Amino acid sequence: MNERIDMKAPETKKKEKRFTKDAIRKDFKKNWFAYLLLVPIIIWYLVFCYAPMGGISIAFKDFKPLLGFARSKNVGFKHFIDFFTGPYFFRTVKNTFLLNLWGLALGFTAPIILSLLLNEVKNMKFKKLVQTITYMPHFISLVVICGMIHIFTQPGGIVTQLVDAITGTSHGSLLGFASMFRPIYTISGIWQNVGWDSIIYLSAMSSIDPGLYEAADIDGAGRFKKMIHITIPQIMPTIMILFIFAVGGLMASGHEKIILLYNSLTYETADVIATYVYRRGLQEASYSFSTAVGLVSSIVNFLLLYITNKIAKKHTDVYVF
Amino acid sequence: MAKEQKSKIGRYKPSNILFNLINYSFLTILTLVCFYPILHVILASISDPSLLIKHQGILLKPLGEASLNGYRLVFKDSSILVGFKNTLVYVGLGTAVNMIFTICGAYALSRRDLLFKGPVMLMITVTMFFGGGLIPWFLIMKNIGMYNNLAAMILPTALNTWNMIILRTGFQGLPYELEEAAIIDGAGQAQTLLKVILPLSKPVLAVIFLYYLVGNWNSWFNAMVLLADRELYPLQLLLKEILVMNDTSMSSVGSAGGVSINSVQGATAYRELVKYCVTVIATLPILCVYPFLQKYFVKGVYVGSIKG
Repeated sequence: MNERIDMKAPETKKKEKRFTKDAIRKDFKKNWFAYLLLVPIIIWYLVFCYAPMGGISIAFKDFKPLLGFARSKNVGFKHFIDFFTGPYFFRTVKNTFLLNLWGLALGFTAPIILSLLLNEVKNMKFKKLVQTITYMPHFISLVVICGMIHIFTQPGGIVTQLVDAITGTSHGSLLGFASMFRPIYTISGIWQNVGWDSIIYLSAMSSIDPGLYEAADIDGAGRFKKMIHITIPQIMPTIMILFIFAVGGLMASGHEKIILLYNSLTYETADVIATYVYRRGLQEASYSFSTAVGLVSSIVNFLLLYITNKIAKKHTDVYVF
Repeated sequence: MAKEQKSKIGRYKPSNILFNLINYSFLTILTLVCFYPILHVILASISDPSLLIKHQGILLKPLGEASLNGYRLVFKDSSILVGFKNTLVYVGLGTAVNMIFTICGAYALSRRDLLFKGPVMLMITVTMFFGGGLIPWFLIMKNIGMYNNLAAMILPTALNTWNMIILRTGFQGLPYELEEAAIIDGAGQAQTLLKVILPLSKPVLAVIFLYYLVGNWNSWFNAMVLLADRELYPLQLLLKEILVMNDTSMSSVGSAGGVSINSVQGATAYRELVKYCVTVIATLPILCVYPFLQKYFVKGVYVGSIKG
């Protein structure tokens, strides 16, 4: 992506010359087929991506479906103020942040560790088997994944029994405990993604120059030393890029999995901004209010991504844009 | 020669053996933990329901006599069958539309001399960072008639920007000379796309086809938000009601054709069994083809990471 930025500078200078009537006519004549195929694509983006972006305007209105987008009354920042001063502001922001922090601490590091361990496996058949099985949960539908979580954490379920044995107290259904939500969400997330997310690190490792390891062999480095001093530094750029995205997503959260796992008993820890938007917007039809909440969240997300990227750019030579 | 000897000696160092031992055992345990939930569900689905409901702990073989009674019940349920049929329609139509849209976009954007490529790419890239959010999206979908309509399962997800970029990268990697040769032979642009570019891109096409296929099979959220009529529900959404909302009001369960259930307890046990069976039914098609297609899936990550 950074490549494109470099090319922009000379292009802007030539812009006036490039888009002349003559050039456009010539281009359409030559590439008419490509433009013909592009028409449905552009229409799709306008209807399914840009029209909803325009729909954000209702965050500043009191949207009534009967009046439509244009004729609903303007209310300025009322909904934003309502959200910031409302009782759920602190809870949803805190939950979004903490749930993502758990993900960053555990879900982000787990695939790195797995790929490092897999990289040390010399038996190809064993490696292949481990990969095949750990990738599998990635393809199982979220509904089934969450269905399994429900089955295993119900009273008498395997995970419930395990937790009961460790804590020494008897729980009913684990999903009914607010304190259990973050561990269940995060650990099941690792189960779903650890294998799949390790692929990108393994591919980065496969392109490390073997000469580096040979040199380390001659210096007498053991396997652990080689892992620390060669493998990890070599995959650092990949880790950094994914880290920027992960930090940029600290305030973003997928609502689908939470909707499938939470209930009113666990809102205290499980209700994040996205699920709050979903409930207020689609279940209670407070369209304008929930749009405003969603807008706040996406602005914060973009700022986080921007700031992390900026910091990374300053201190390392790895950045996203 | 000397190097080889050195590494051979290294291989039998005690620290090395210990490292291997720990590494292999850890990975074995991890693999078992990853696999067990799937095994558990499959074994439970063919168990005797009255034993299953009392059972605690792990399962290593079906409880009681293995039987397919649960599956018989599920396939007698008309709503599940309708859901299954709906899913097949959505997956078939949806994936076809996905492929057409993605090929169109990827082809156009892979042209090197397209004058408006820059502005169009910008327009597409912006959508990867900004979006309207759930509610405006929902209201627009409603406005353009997607609500409670078969199209709701196909058009809003017709294109995935990421997959389009993967395919574009694939197209760009083809040697331009082949295309030139086809044009010299008198082939038009459409013919070149169909007869030269697409056949040469089969591996990448396979990758995105599989991504779309799995995505469509597993999709449920749009259905929940946009479909009101139960007759239109895909399998995953019915599954959600059975598994997550614990709604086991399936018409046949309890009255069970072919399987006689006498007591209330028996009915509860069968309801539990049905949960496992529908889980297997919804997952098995993917898991059966998965081992054979794994290399294509993984390839997609590689292609994507080059560009990203």
